[in-house]
Amino acid sequence: MGPAHSRQQRENTMSATAISSSEDPERLYNEREQRLNDAIALREPDRVPIIYYTMFWHATYTGMTFKESMYNYERLSEVTKRIVLELQPDAIAPPHWLNSFGPTLELIGYRQLQWPGHGVEENHSYQYLDREYMKPEEYDDFINDPTWFIMTRFLPRIGDVFAPLAKLPQFASVQHLRLVQSVRAFGDPELQAAFAKLARAGQEMERMSQCAGAFVKEMKALGFPLGQAFTAPAPYDYFADYLRGSKGIMLDLFRHKDKLLEAMERVIPLIVNSAIQTLRDRPCKIVFMPMHWGLDGFMSPAQFKTFFWPQLRRVMMGLIDAGLTPLVLWEGNCTSRLETIADIPRAKAVYWFERTDLKLAKKVLGGIVCLKGNVPVSLLNTGAPDEVRACCRDLIETVGKGGGFILDGAIGIPDEAKPENVRAMYRSVHEFHS
Amino acid sequence: MTQASAKLIEAIADMREDEALALAREFLDAGGDPKEALDICRKAMDIVGRRFEQGEYFLPELMLAGEMLAQISAMVKPLLANQTQEEVKSAGTVVIGTVHGDLHDIGKNIVVFMLEVSGYKVVDLGIDVPVAKFVEKVSELQPPVLGLSGFLTLAFDSMKETIEGLAAAGLRDTVKIMIGGGQIDEAVRAYTGADAFGGNAMAAVSLCRQWIAQ
Ligand code: B12
Repeated sequence: MGPAHSRQQRENTMSATAISSSEDPERLYNEREQRLNDAIALREPDRVPIIYYTMFWHATYTGMTFKESMYNYERLSEVTKRIVLELQPDAIAPPHWLNSFGPTLELIGYRQLQWPGHGVEENHSYQYLDREYMKPEEYDDFINDPTWFIMTRFLPRIGDVFAPLAKLPQFASVQHLRLVQSVRAFGDPELQAAFAKLARAGQEMERMSQCAGAFVKEMKALGFPLGQAFTAPAPYDYFADYLRGSKGIMLDLFRHKDKLLEAMERVIPLIVNSAIQTLRDRPCKIVFMPMHWGLDGFMSPAQFKTFFWPQLRRVMMGLIDAGLTPLVLWEGNCTSRLETIADIPRAKAVYWFERTDLKLAKKVLGGIVCLKGNVPVSLLNTGAPDEVRACCRDLIETVGKGGGFILDGAIGIPDEAKPENVRAMYRSVHEFHS
Repeated sequence: MTQASAKLIEAIADMREDEALALAREFLDAGGDPKEALDICRKAMDIVGRRFEQGEYFLPELMLAGEMLAQISAMVKPLLANQTQEEVKSAGTVVIGTVHGDLHDIGKNIVVFMLEVSGYKVVDLGIDVPVAKFVEKVSELQPPVLGLSGFLTLAFDSMKETIEGLAAAGLRDTVKIMIGGGQIDEAVRAYTGADAFGGNAMAAVSLCRQWIAQ
């Protein structure tokens, strides 16, 4: 029942590419971009758009191991290109930024993930390790100087190569001749060895980025725009996911609420600025924001309105004011949050819901924000194409009514989805109209 | 119930950690019966569990309640050791763990919490538990019930392997096995060979009540 299931059967089932050479890619590119922009602007596009997003389905589909998908950048480009030409999505989330980290993870000895060959099997997805990476007593250090804290305290805990960074001076505290004096730290042999290793890791990441960049360029030439170009967290998740861990953060809601609130204030501009800087010269302005610890059940509505939403909203507003479009993935069920999260400017964002009922979401959020989703994982993995088709039709005709809708799986194409079901989903946007 | 114990129950149930710990300390320092302190905790946890079921409390409250319970238990333990070693009455033992390959434990921890609140002695083996560890513990403790938790689809296979491992060790018929976790349903139960599945922590409690004759 794992992802390896029936891999053999699926090998070489890729049908011939569907694109006809008579179509002008540039025209198709513009049409697709327009369709997506129309949906986001809550206008009714010529048809409902669909964005290609997956973690590892391309591997399951083409018989490549998950491990290879994380290590072989070129092969990932090649199989994704074949899939994109077959499915003809209106935009794509570039797979490299979700996959191609194997070599660099190894080079830095990364400890926050397990990945194929490093704690999980060849055909399993990489896995995040939920631990406490920052002690509650350290909120003050973070608040006083986030960069110093991250460089010299946090990094040494999460990657072998970073260990000697603990010796770096607090640069914000020194100036003039003391600043010059402080470069002595760089004479440390361990630190020098770390920098040499980091240089190797940097080169590897550069190679990956070049490959991803070439892929994006080729896709553009073939007529496919990007559906997202940067990833940013909610301030609460920034601390929950990678610093305090799930248990730590939940206890902080009682024991250290003021520190948590203050620390979140510190990261809001950091998150916003990094998105703005990265996307300054890029054509795609969509910022992917997956939400993790604010969903129903993980905190009370009152806690959501104190610790999650106000800070997230400020990040979103910072992005929107800079002309960027937040694409917020509300994981799990967020039904009890709908009224609260309706408080954003009209037609400036996309809300992607995993398990929240989209028809209900449309009632509350229709006319405010473009919705995306949400063909269930179970249906794509175990259902029949007819059932998928019926589900898509229903979504397109109801949630798509009047515009402001993008079709997708609940969290994109699940790793173990049946190919015929994925095809049925992609066909449905051509078959049905709102 | 004395006023002191009523105040302690309320402090725990209302999530006032500092106050609860201070009151517990006071209670014990004043010569209060350590077993009564545990009883007070159980009553408070009952209230917490009920508020969770009713949608008034959420995961953070359960997490904090668990922490308060652990801290008060730690205060009580040394005092209990001095008393005659009369076992605190338990409704039965349940061994539980998240199966190998899976690291999700929030759901399992709630199950543990509710089972403990309901009077069961729970031996929690943690996360990513290898088959051999389950076999070893079941053989050692002979529990009437084993709980397997898992949230990933790959956990279906891990559960199946765990249950097969118990069968191979000749232990399958000695223990009732319940499974649970996000995507677990009847189809998965049949696939793994478990005796039952539970969709939430209360289901885990009812299964234990059904299987462990009082
Ligand atoms: C929280 C979470 C995490 C946390 C886990 C933290 C922790 N300490 O547990 C973190 C961030 C670490 C995490 C990591 C990963 N996760 Co995760 N995670 C979730 C999430 C959001 C919630 C699960 C949860 O805890 N729910 C809360 C509990 C309370 O819910 P509950 O089911 O109602 O609990 C009840 C029942 O299950 C039952 N129950 C539970 N156990 C038992 C046992 C018995 C015996 C009984 C009777 C009943 C019972 O009682 C519980 C209490 O009432 C789900 C998505 C979702 N929304 O469900 C994904 C999800 C489970 N994760 C998923 C994935 C893919 C991962 C990762 C691989 C992601 C990654 N790339 O890093 C890793 C895997 C790590 C690993 N090896 O396990 C997928 C699984 C998909 C699949 N097909 O397998 C999900 C479904 C998300 C998704 N849609 O993709 N995850």
